[in-house]
Amino acid sequence: MPGKLKAKIVAGRHLPVMDRASDLTDAFVEVKFGNTTFKTDVCPKSLNPQWNSEWFKFEVDDEDLQDEPLQITVLDHDTYSANDAIGKVYIDIDPLLCSEAATVISGWFPIYDTIHGIRGEINVLVKVDLFNDLNRFRQSSCGVKFFCTMSIPRCFRAMVIHGFVEELVVNEDPEYQWIDRIRTPRASNEARQRLISLMSGELQRKIGLKVLEMGGNAVVGYLQCFDLEGESGLVVRAIGTACTLDKISSTCPAAVVPNLSNSSPSKDMKEAVFGEEAPGVPLSSGPPTPLRAQTFSSFSPSKSYSRQSSSSDTELSLTPKTGMGSGGSAGKEAGPLKALLRQQTQSALEQREFPFFTLTGFPVGFLLHVGGVVSARSVKLLDRIHNPDEPETRDAWWEEIRQEIKSHAKALGCHAVVGYSESTSICEEVCILSASGTAAILSSRFMQDGALDTEHRFEDTAPPACGFCHIPYDELNMPFPAQLTYCHCCRRHKVPDVLFTTIDVPTEASITGKGCLIQARLCRTKKKAQGEGNATAISNLLPFLEYELHTQLLNKLKLRGMNALFGLRVQISVGDTMLLGLASATGVYLTALPSPGGIQIAGKTPSDLTYEQHVSNMQKKINDTIAKNKELYEISPPEWVEEVIGSPIPESRQRSRIFRSHSESSDEVLELDLSHGKKDAFVLEIDDTDAIEDIHSLLTDAPTPPGFYSCNTEIMPGIYNWTSSLQMFTSVRVFRLSNANLTNQGLNKIFNDLCENLLKSLYFKLRSMVPCCLCHVNFIVAVPEDELIQVAVTAVAMSLDKDQTQENGRQSGDKTLMKAITENEEQLQFPLELSAECPSNPLSSAKGLSEVSGPLPSARDRCSSWIEQIRLKAHTIRRGSIKTTSSLEKSSPLPDSRSRSLRSNRSCPSSSVAVVKMTPLSFLPGTKIIKYLGIINMFFIRETTSLREEGGVSGFLHSFIAEVFAMVRAHVAALGGNAVVSYSMKECVFMENPNKNQAQCLINVSGDAVIFIRESELEATPSQTQSGNVQTSSNGEGT
Amino acid sequence: MLLVVNTAAVVKMSVELDVFVGNTTIMDKEVYQLWLNGYTVSDAVKVRMEGGVMEECEASADVLLSDTMDQFRTFQMCERLLQNPAKLANQLLFQIPPDRQAMLIERYYAFDDAFVREVLGKKLSKGTKKDLDDVSAKTGITLKSCRRQFDNFKRVFKVVEELKGPLVENIKQHFLLPDPLARDYAAIVFFANNRFETGKKKLQYLTFHDFAFCAGQLINNWTVGAVDNMVEDMDVDLDKEFLQDLKDLKILIADKDLLDQHKSLVCVALRGKTKVFNEMEANFKNLSRGLVNIAAKLTNPKDVRDFFIDLIEKFIEPCRSDRWTATDVNLYLTHYTNSAHILDSFKHQTVWTRYMGVIKSCILRMYHE
Repeated sequence: MPGKLKAKIVAGRHLPVMDRASDLTDAFVEVKFGNTTFKTDVCPKSLNPQWNSEWFKFEVDDEDLQDEPLQITVLDHDTYSANDAIGKVYIDIDPLLCSEAATVISGWFPIYDTIHGIRGEINVLVKVDLFNDLNRFRQSSCGVKFFCTMSIPRCFRAMVIHGFVEELVVNEDPEYQWIDRIRTPRASNEARQRLISLMSGELQRKIGLKVLEMGGNAVVGYLQCFDLEGESGLVVRAIGTACTLDKISSTCPAAVVPNLSNSSPSKDMKEAVFGEEAPGVPLSSGPPTPLRAQTFSSFSPSKSYSRQSSSSDTELSLTPKTGMGSGGSAGKEAGPLKALLRQQTQSALEQREFPFFTLTGFPVGFLLHVGGVVSARSVKLLDRIHNPDEPETRDAWWEEIRQEIKSHAKALGCHAVVGYSESTSICEEVCILSASGTAAILSSRFMQDGALDTEHRFEDTAPPACGFCHIPYDELNMPFPAQLTYCHCCRRHKVPDVLFTTIDVPTEASITGKGCLIQARLCRTKKKAQGEGNATAISNLLPFLEYELHTQLLNKLKLRGMNALFGLRVQISVGDTMLLGLASATGVYLTALPSPGGIQIAGKTPSDLTYEQHVSNMQKKINDTIAKNKELYEISPPEWVEEVIGSPIPESRQRSRIFRSHSESSDEVLELDLSHGKKDAFVLEIDDTDAIEDIHSLLTDAPTPPGFYSCNTEIMPGIYNWTSSLQMFTSVRVFRLSNANLTNQGLNKIFNDLCENLLKSLYFKLRSMVPCCLCHVNFIVAVPEDELIQVAVTAVAMSLDKDQTQENGRQSGDKTLMKAITENEEQLQFPLELSAECPSNPLSSAKGLSEVSGPLPSARDRCSSWIEQIRLKAHTIRRGSIKTTSSLEKSSPLPDSRSRSLRSNRSCPSSSVAVVKMTPLSFLPGTKIIKYLGIINMFFIRETTSLREEGGVSGFLHSFIAEVFAMVRAHVAALGGNAVVSYSMKECVFMENPNKNQAQCLINVSGDAVIFIRESELEATPSQTQSGNVQTSSNGEGT
Repeated sequence: MLLVVNTAAVVKMSVELDVFVGNTTIMDKEVYQLWLNGYTVSDAVKVRMEGGVMEECEASADVLLSDTMDQFRTFQMCERLLQNPAKLANQLLFQIPPDRQAMLIERYYAFDDAFVREVLGKKLSKGTKKDLDDVSAKTGITLKSCRRQFDNFKRVFKVVEELKGPLVENIKQHFLLPDPLARDYAAIVFFANNRFETGKKKLQYLTFHDFAFCAGQLINNWTVGAVDNMVEDMDVDLDKEFLQDLKDLKILIADKDLLDQHKSLVCVALRGKTKVFNEMEANFKNLSRGLVNIAAKLTNPKDVRDFFIDLIEKFIEPCRSDRWTATDVNLYLTHYTNSAHILDSFKHQTVWTRYMGVIKSCILRMYHE
């Protein structure tokens, strides 16, 4: 008997009138857990009943505690007929099972009915007494913490990042069971809500077990989704990253903040020895030789390499500017060591089935190199799940996809995939499974128990800020043709001309100017078909869709004068007669990467004079747009200076290039054309009307209105003056298309306009917050019916401090401040941690980084989808050499300490309802998260048979979304929290039938409930904060 | 229940659904006012376009329409709560900052002077509500807005009707209104309860605030609440005992000696202090009879209703025709009131003070030169 659950029903308020005669209600409550039910007394004739019940006690297994929700039903007592249900509250008690999370759930919960929505509120108290269970074959995984946050949560430190965990459970969908024909819609909806709640609990428990097996204590980046497969069943699946987290013991943060810039060790930016890939090998302009032999020999394995040795190497190093031979020799020296280290990391990772990480933000020093986006899709025909206990088919499908992703990553010379996510799109019996991530090389630092190496880590230097841009793959055997140049920061290593990733902008990254949201949108018609024919048609269309999305992204990126995409998310949605593709990402100018050339339009038939005219007009427009954009986004990288004077990274410190042992190539070094200003820009050929259309659509993207920024990453690179004023919102639009309009181009335009108009509306709505930035803009597209397109956006608008000029944000070489200001808030508040965290050279902490093997000979053939597309594209579009610039001097004032920009917008205390903030980000600017209370994962169904009376579809959905927000806030408040971070709306399935006056909607939301305190308060009362997090949190901070 | 999807062809592409929901409910004051004024969405869009928001924010008409519809929908959803403002503060559906809540409530309960003049003193019944389209046509205020205002009056009336304690405080507490607005509502409730005639042609020149001022005077001095503050309807009903006592004042005009004595005292005091002394002297008996008769008749509900019209006919009109200035009126009433205290045989000093205090301030307020 490992647990006792106790619940007490205190009171109700604002109940609906259930008895027309008296205009009152005789309410009582049923409390159910598992198969046990308790009832309160009837509180007669009151709309605000006071039950003050005894404690209802349930003695249950902790397995049940994890799976089951506490179910509270409020009913109206009726002497003569059956009691009428007023509504229900489901309380997930999982947060109470973690010793460090919430200890009690207490507060007002909205009473929810799937037909009527919220009907009053009920005040409930819930507690759990857990007994220690010594049974080692236990089925429960109580105590494993779950986080939706996609990076290491703020008040924790990662000791070990174990890696990928996944699980899926399947069941029959109650809505498709025979019994559904005879039961009421309410009963059906409630059965579904309950089932999904149970399945989520089970899933979480199973994942928890896997984490315990791996030796971890938490899941970070937990992504749970459900697939409504209709007749064939219901799948709930989840992925996450298992970690061993350690709570950062609270120090006095107030005293520390000012010292930050001085005390930071990473200010001293040194080149990491082993973090680097070995460039310097010529870029082979012809097609890469597939026969390139990989000869790695790992000699001198026992040699101990310390930082001393590395610095002595540095002294020996020759000036790499001249490139070629000298670099080669140095490289030979160090090659084996590097190879060894990489091999070891690789083997550590390769032991794992899937070296995947759902995280998008990483501890400093974890991410060494980024290869690029890898993605895989597969089209499947759904069949009935016959035995829910054996979900092998679905498991096999995902397994297949993950293998593909893994091989793609390998082809890019990477041993891991970060920012990994999975999704599905279902239309009747066809299901598209998609997975994507960013191929990367990781430091081994967090792979094993890093705590032992703390001493060493202090000695280490941070890897260079530009390190992650350096190519991880073998440039002689490149998986796809790309233009390589020397890194514009360190000038040692090769970088690609553009970089696409699914992760957030690394905190150490150096960015020129500001970023912006870039979207590629595409709509393709498809013939109606059934079964396999349909699946084939879809899989034939997919590559083209992806290719075009990619081209659009690249063009739009160039048009904005930027060279990298972060947070890339490609969604493909399938309908009966069309496929929708939406790719969203945040474009930035990475200082390390070369400046993108312009876009040049080439007409195919130069004979026609008017046509020429047309082309040159268009060219002019494009050039103007690029110039305008550069100004708008403040992209003004200094010209590449030949003499490296006053470089932030002194030449002498740079370690010479390490060459891989490609004996046959090292002598034919061809320097890239760095110095030549000639820009043979990106050429777009106009060979048909489609291309013209494409160019037009390029130019129709309206710029964000003045005062607005937007991005789909956590925060906008280049902005530092955040205030604490924020507004999270969800906006949904559904468009009905006409039948006549179904050409590809027409569809494209409609879809494009739909997204553009939606964005414009958002800007207008939020105009009072200007200057502000829309962060984490997340679009979900769907084709709910034949002629409907649904777009749902969730994002947060965050105000910027008007007083601080934008210029302040520009960053110079001192990365520490930037880091502190942007993402690593934990470091800002915990400088002691900072020092432990920052020095992260893998050398000492890791046994060694082993060399990742370059693309396997066959890898190129195995590359499908994404990489293939890039290749295809590269054939079509001629790339010239690119004007290169560097940012040797990124001179600009340091941003003011952010605390100055904090306005304490404390809400008036007079409000009787606690304010709960919600944000899709992992933090709240100007605040410190002091406690994570547990995961919020809620699923609701709402249905109506009186659509018109509820204000039509808009009125119906509007109130439903508002209700979902209200229920999330209420649960968080009841846990003692005052905010939800990493909030996301995973699913919003809307169906309507206006003729029958009916509509139904399903919404799934998730996030992390937290307690935050304002930094201003922290400073005011440092001693209190220091006294321990438990005390502070119990104070509730109920503003 | 899965819905059977209807795929009837629709001729043109259209926005089927368009919602925006913020964690903190976004409300634009200007749009709220348009909604309160009873505008349709398209009219509101027109007004906003003329207001120049579009140029300011580079928005298109579509954007404006979408925003307006969305906000109107939000207001509609909030309306249920606004009708019970105490609920607004502890409901969970909308997260609205307290200062916004106060703004929403205050504006929802605000009313147009033109409208309130039409219904002031009328019974807040279904019949009156039916006539609101005439009021709307007459005042140019949309019917929707008229209905909202009327329903607000009625709701406040119904709630405070059965409550003990001071009227203004009750209104403030139950409807969370700021003090001046609560006082206005108290006046409206008071007028509706006593059904004072305010619509006659002779009364047209008076503004709502004139009446509200008078109502305040009456509530503070003539109701039960003026003497005992813990009874039901204390501020709504006039003090019956007091009204009864007012009959005793008749002696001032019935007793010939007393009347003459009073007149001479007043005339002595006024002589040389005003240009209209002769008119005052000539009219004294008439005016005094008028005021005392009003007092004596107040036990009759019908005469209570005519209180204001009587004041006009019996006092204000004669003075105005003789071109008294407001100062003259003030002077006259001051001495008229005070002189009665010197009359030896006049024993009803307390009632007289209570009566004349109100009459004097009402008349002064109502006396527009």
